[in-house]
Amino acid sequence: MAYAEQAETEALHEPKSFLTKYIWSQDHKVIAVQYSLTALFVGLIAVVLSDLMRMQIGFPGSLAFMDASTYYQAMTMHGMIMVIYLLTALFLGGFGNYLIPLMVGARDMVFPYVNMLSYWFYLLAVVVLLSSFFVPGGPTGAGWTLYPPQSISQGTPGVEWGIVLMLVSLAIFIVAATMGGLNYVTTVLQARTHGMTLFRMPLSVWGIFMASIMALLAFPALFVSAVMMLFDKLLGTSFFMPAMISLGQQLGHQGGSPILFQHLFWFFGHPEVYIVALPAFGLVSDLISTHARKNIFGYRMMVWAIIAIGVLSFVVWAHHMYVSGMNPYFGFFFAVTTLIIAVPTALKVYNWVLTLWRGDIHLTVPMLFALAFIVTFLVGGLTGLFLGNVIVDIPLSDTYFVVAHFHMVMGVAPVLVVFGGIYHWFPKVTGRMWNDTLGKLHFWITFLGTYAIFFPMHYLGFQGMPRRYYAYENYAFIPQSAQDLNAFITVVALTVGVSQLLFLFNLAWSAFKGKPAGSNPWGAASLEWQTPNTPPIHGNWGAKLPVVYRWAYDYSVPGIEQDFVPQTVSPEELEHMRQLSAGTQIADVKT
Amino acid sequence: MSRLLLRNADGADPGGSWSRDPGDVQSAEGADRNQIARVGLRLFLVVVSSLFFLFLIAFIARSQMADWLPLTEPLAPLANLWQLWLNSAFLVFSCIALQWSRMAARQARLDATVIGFALGGVFAIAFLTGQLWVWQQFVAWGYFVASNPANSFFYLLTGLHGLHLLGGLIAWGIIVAKFLHRVPLSQLSAGVELCTTYWHYLLGLWFVLFALLASTPQTYEVIARFCGLR
Repeated sequence: MAYAEQAETEALHEPKSFLTKYIWSQDHKVIAVQYSLTALFVGLIAVVLSDLMRMQIGFPGSLAFMDASTYYQAMTMHGMIMVIYLLTALFLGGFGNYLIPLMVGARDMVFPYVNMLSYWFYLLAVVVLLSSFFVPGGPTGAGWTLYPPQSISQGTPGVEWGIVLMLVSLAIFIVAATMGGLNYVTTVLQARTHGMTLFRMPLSVWGIFMASIMALLAFPALFVSAVMMLFDKLLGTSFFMPAMISLGQQLGHQGGSPILFQHLFWFFGHPEVYIVALPAFGLVSDLISTHARKNIFGYRMMVWAIIAIGVLSFVVWAHHMYVSGMNPYFGFFFAVTTLIIAVPTALKVYNWVLTLWRGDIHLTVPMLFALAFIVTFLVGGLTGLFLGNVIVDIPLSDTYFVVAHFHMVMGVAPVLVVFGGIYHWFPKVTGRMWNDTLGKLHFWITFLGTYAIFFPMHYLGFQGMPRRYYAYENYAFIPQSAQDLNAFITVVALTVGVSQLLFLFNLAWSAFKGKPAGSNPWGAASLEWQTPNTPPIHGNWGAKLPVVYRWAYDYSVPGIEQDFVPQTVSPEELEHMRQLSAGTQIADVKT
Repeated sequence: MSRLLLRNADGADPGGSWSRDPGDVQSAEGADRNQIARVGLRLFLVVVSSLFFLFLIAFIARSQMADWLPLTEPLAPLANLWQLWLNSAFLVFSCIALQWSRMAARQARLDATVIGFALGGVFAIAFLTGQLWVWQQFVAWGYFVASNPANSFFYLLTGLHGLHLLGGLIAWGIIVAKFLHRVPLSQLSAGVELCTTYWHYLLGLWFVLFALLASTPQTYEVIARFCGLR
């Protein structure tokens, strides 16, 4: 029996108690909210850590507890939390869990129990990571790349407990991500409803689908690195650790290859950029199309671009290692692949712009964030072209130009989509609208603020200001003006950090007190907005699964008065709508 | 130009290939739950393959360092491979028994299914015990995990392979418990199928690992040159 038909006849794992409904829930929507809240919580910690770092850089010595070790620990935890525990978890675990079954017309993920386990493993990973704040020596201060030999050598903060907890946490996270990824991919492949062809899926699903495949293939590289480093640290092996004299003593290691770690790490690390970016691409496509009341331009091109980016992202990793020493031909190869991957990426940007062209653009809060994403991603992407070239990268390596680049492209840009996505789907999740004024205030402070933070960093980088320094005073090559700029950046960073409370307050207040949103406040055509209940109840679709007749982007269709046609409208119903619209127009002409 | 640009913006539904026949939406060619489980398992095996592939790349890269002491030297523990061959035989028997069980399940022969399935698990346990015995031999000969990178990789790779088999044995144990509780065969045959597929995969993986671990440094060098790691 086809899965879609079987899903109609079988009893669902209906939750019976508070515990099974909200805690040990197997419902993808509850798991999505659990993932999202946990990720936002841990993300807030990362924001606080970044503000503490900025205080030290902008106003050196202003925080009594901020010594060099604390600074490096804050830096490491900020980076790792943002990349892995916030962005990856939120895009795949949060948006992926909520949107995939609803957008493809399924009742739930295909392995609901494994899906539940995925969240609890993720939570365990977060708990293990955060526990490193409370162990002797504190968390690791090795930098988020955890390069050996320094990461497990004496003198690095958190070398006793912190690094072990970080590696164990990562391993647990990867188990969680694998369980989630298997669910997302199998659900897309197997549980789509009647008529939901792969080329009728919204681009959000395509982005999350491809990112999940990439996560399944790339995270093992991080797992391998983590396990081998744990062996080096705990069992004294020499996978990565070379012969070393540390604090005057010859260590037991010999012959290990730190470069091998770098290759493994970046074989994961670069696809990770796109594991975050592809869902963002998908979500932003849907946001732009919906709020510009126009079908996405070049849908098939967009899908193939997602696939091409996913594949190419596995052959560019060594552009993170130009200064590690490599055969010049390898450098040339990786520079070329880096430039090639810019082609499908640029294609997406063009298509977003062409979607906007002559659209009926509604500057709603989600749309503002989507537009801000395009600009920010463009800026971050262009500086990526600089750094992708060996000859430009080498002088800029380890400067604030790099910090500015990856924060724009990998930090701010996806976070803008996170905000846009949350504002867009919040009415479906809660059934209520957020406060528009607060939302716009949040947008403008965040958007302008992040530019005020990261734009000047490009300039600082060109001036030669190195990254990862605890204190920048008394260096002849760093002028006083750089310090003034750092103070300015810090003030803005604190403002942007505090302004996120607006967002949290808006969500928390609106979830209970916001105006009722109705089932489809944006007039969106995709399937998740066509559920019989808002918020969708357990099983999503009532007695019968929806039948899909068209893609998710039928906006402003000629001859139809309503400016969107839901995916569930059949050709007969569409014809009926045409006739009604024609009748209305004739009546208008007569009057 | 503008007409060309807008051609794609006319609201056309691109539904077509890779589709569940959009022209006839009611006859969806979907999959049943067993098919979904099979797809899920295959995807998982792709992930495991990625994991071991990366370990093997690391193995080859590390083997090219000067401090690598091969385990296949005349006085090293893998100079004589009879223990590993014996263990391999256990795993082969395990797979044969499970395959027999799977075929019996397809023919709805309960007794043969149960016997084959149970034997499959017992042989797998024998394999794991044999692997621990090899580890013990390594320790007895002074080949500790940190003594040399070749040893480290031996423990790491055989250990991880064993852990995967142990995970399979947990699933095997759950199905055995269901057999004991007289759950109908029709409800368990899918589990038997999945276990068998997983076992076959782990057998194939084991032979890849075995071949690599038992190879000479010259072989590693050839592979490293081929992969551009040297």
